[in-house]
Amino acid sequence: MTTAEVTKTQPTPHHKERKLIDYFTFNTDHKVIGIQYLVVSFIFAAFGGSFAEVLRTELSTPNPDFVTPDLYNQFLTMHGTVMIFLWIVPAGAGFANYLIPLMIGAEDMAFPRLNAVAFWMFPIGGILLLMSFAVGAPQAGWTSYPPLSLMTGKWGQEIWILSLLGGGTSSILGAINFLTTILKMRMPDMDIHSMPLFCWAMLATSTLILLSTPVLAAALILLSFDLLAGTHFFNPTGGGDPVVYQHLFWFYSHPAVYIMILPFFGIISEVLPVHARKPIFGYRAIAYSSLAICFLGLIVWAHHMFTSGTPGWLRMFFMAATMLIAVPTGVKVFSWCATIWGGKLSLNSSMLFAIGFLSSFLIGGITGIMVASVPFDIHVHDTYFVVGHFHYVLFGGSVLGLFAGIYHWYPKMTGRMMNETLGRIHFILTFVGLNLTFMPMHELGLMGMNRRVALYDPQFQGLNQLSTIGAYMMGIAALPFALNFIMSVFNGEKAGRNPWRALTLEWQTSSPPIIENFEEAPILWAKPYDYGIDTEELEEESVSELLAEVSAESK
Amino acid sequence: MVGFLVPPLRLKIGKKEVMQSSAIDEAKLALDYHQDGSANGHHGVHQDLRMFGMVTFLIAESAIFLGLFTAYLIFRSTSQVWPPEGTPERELLLPGINSIILIASSFVMHQGQSAIRKNDVSGLKLWFGLTALMGIIFLVGQGYEYFHLEFGLKTNLFASFFYVLTGFHGLHVTLGLLLILAVLWRSRKSGHYSSQSHFGVEAAELYWHFVDVVWVILFILVYLL
Repeated sequence: MTTAEVTKTQPTPHHKERKLIDYFTFNTDHKVIGIQYLVVSFIFAAFGGSFAEVLRTELSTPNPDFVTPDLYNQFLTMHGTVMIFLWIVPAGAGFANYLIPLMIGAEDMAFPRLNAVAFWMFPIGGILLLMSFAVGAPQAGWTSYPPLSLMTGKWGQEIWILSLLGGGTSSILGAINFLTTILKMRMPDMDIHSMPLFCWAMLATSTLILLSTPVLAAALILLSFDLLAGTHFFNPTGGGDPVVYQHLFWFYSHPAVYIMILPFFGIISEVLPVHARKPIFGYRAIAYSSLAICFLGLIVWAHHMFTSGTPGWLRMFFMAATMLIAVPTGVKVFSWCATIWGGKLSLNSSMLFAIGFLSSFLIGGITGIMVASVPFDIHVHDTYFVVGHFHYVLFGGSVLGLFAGIYHWYPKMTGRMMNETLGRIHFILTFVGLNLTFMPMHELGLMGMNRRVALYDPQFQGLNQLSTIGAYMMGIAALPFALNFIMSVFNGEKAGRNPWRALTLEWQTSSPPIIENFEEAPILWAKPYDYGIDTEELEEESVSELLAEVSAESK
Repeated sequence: MVGFLVPPLRLKIGKKEVMQSSAIDEAKLALDYHQDGSANGHHGVHQDLRMFGMVTFLIAESAIFLGLFTAYLIFRSTSQVWPPEGTPERELLLPGINSIILIASSFVMHQGQSAIRKNDVSGLKLWFGLTALMGIIFLVGQGYEYFHLEFGLKTNLFASFFYVLTGFHGLHVTLGLLLILAVLWRSRKSGHYSSQSHFGVEAAELYWHFVDVVWVILFILVYLL
């Protein structure tokens, strides 16, 4: 159909160069959009990170003396919202934009302009959110449970809702693109079982976005009416029910956890085999487990609501379903361990972050099983144990995976290598800082320290100070990274086409890739992870022949 | 939002238009993208994926209605009396007629697509014009109902849901109407739609059917149950 519509005109001259200004405009090139997403998300991360430092500084003493409790609540809400919706989710989208067309040998995404629209909604929503400080930022936490969210600062809350609606729409439009591109635009030789695992992960992520984000929009629309028009959907004083909001909210926000981790599962599946020089262990197991996580992720939301008066049978179901997710996740973790087992590891920054991811995500996963069980969860609900748990998943998991991806694909994106020494300093500071910050939180939670409160019992001070030191360490860790990230664009060693000797298609083109991605149609000459596999069968035969000859002679 | 899926049509079919309007670089790039394909053989050309994208978009749209309907059903099933006591009786005549008009318009609209399949642009204009008219009647009827109901947005939970659900649906009807009007606007230029290429027509029709199906569910939930 399309071929009929395409008119035969002379091809325009190739090798148009990308100009710096392109990155500041409405550009439809997926590579530009990918970098735009990544850079903007890291700028927001700087805000979210400094909010976290404010929180930790406040918590170094039991009394609220650094910021007022009101302000503490604002920073707390903004830290969560910014990190989730303006850093991790868009950073995943950034990698997906950059990598998917390159990995499947396409020239661009299926709908390039829709893609650019999706991107531009994100910084606009983000700036809107940050501007809410002008009218008093929202204070009800990133979950914005009513009736609390209906009582604390009307306009800050409404801005929060609008910016999430914008971000959600952006994410849905992005997902439409990813899904269509992955399913329909692979190069002819690439069947679905020979595409890189990152694409599988994005397939699962996009499906989750498509099915669950709109439900959050529904919840936010109703919350908006409660907030502005004075209806009582979620307000018990008028016959409403706040638990309905919780159901709608977690129907999105639990899958959102997988939306935030699945892309980085994909990145880890790419990084490990390259730097371990071994084929990925269990390609199909990893691919299908992404889909299993996608399905299970949609039916576990009420495990966030064990203390919301959910009936017993519902608790049983959600407890069992939640624990079941450990199976596909475990399949992945074991497959990754088996991938690096006996490999020829090069411990560069990317690999270090990937291994760091494995170990700290494991801790987050195990505490996840703990909080999935109803009796334990009722005990630790809304304590620092939960905070420790999800930071091991989101920081130890998603963020370390994100850094592994940055160090791995930076040479492709810029054509320059990042500095190894700075990268390792960044890793050590981050890894030690992360464990120092979040490990004591588990203990604090078990001791009964409530989260989301500026003031606490003096007996908790020691562990809190340890945690604050760790947070400062992570803050310092951002400096070598930022320096490395910016300076390497100019001073980095030239990377060449394929510095890691990787097999996926994005490494077959120049670094950075030309505007059309590939100079000529790429050739699929190996499966994506066929490292260390000797395709020359002849030599082995000749060896055995030789041995046979020798034994014949010796007779 | 759907609008963003539709414009690429212009790039492909109305090439001259893009060239003349001293289009921005991106537009040219998108244009080159398809030209490259024809020049280099297979690489770069891909099948028309707009319908696939449209369907995925509608899946997301269904999810948002699903969320709203589920919330409504939870309230309905957990309340002792539904609608809450003191809710005035709902008039069924006007919304009933309105529903029939909206459902009928889907069939009318399909005639338009059948017409363009036979390359009959004036047929397309006639049937789509009729559909647009029926859509406008539906919206006016809805507005009339709003002004003559005995309950307001804040009367009780049922009333709030009534206005939010029908209002949100009405917004979608309006969007569908705009899509139909866009198709009519574009069909003025001869050759814009042909039996071979009429994605805009198909997309608008699919969207309209979607809005219709949502209305049927909404009508059953809010008026009949």
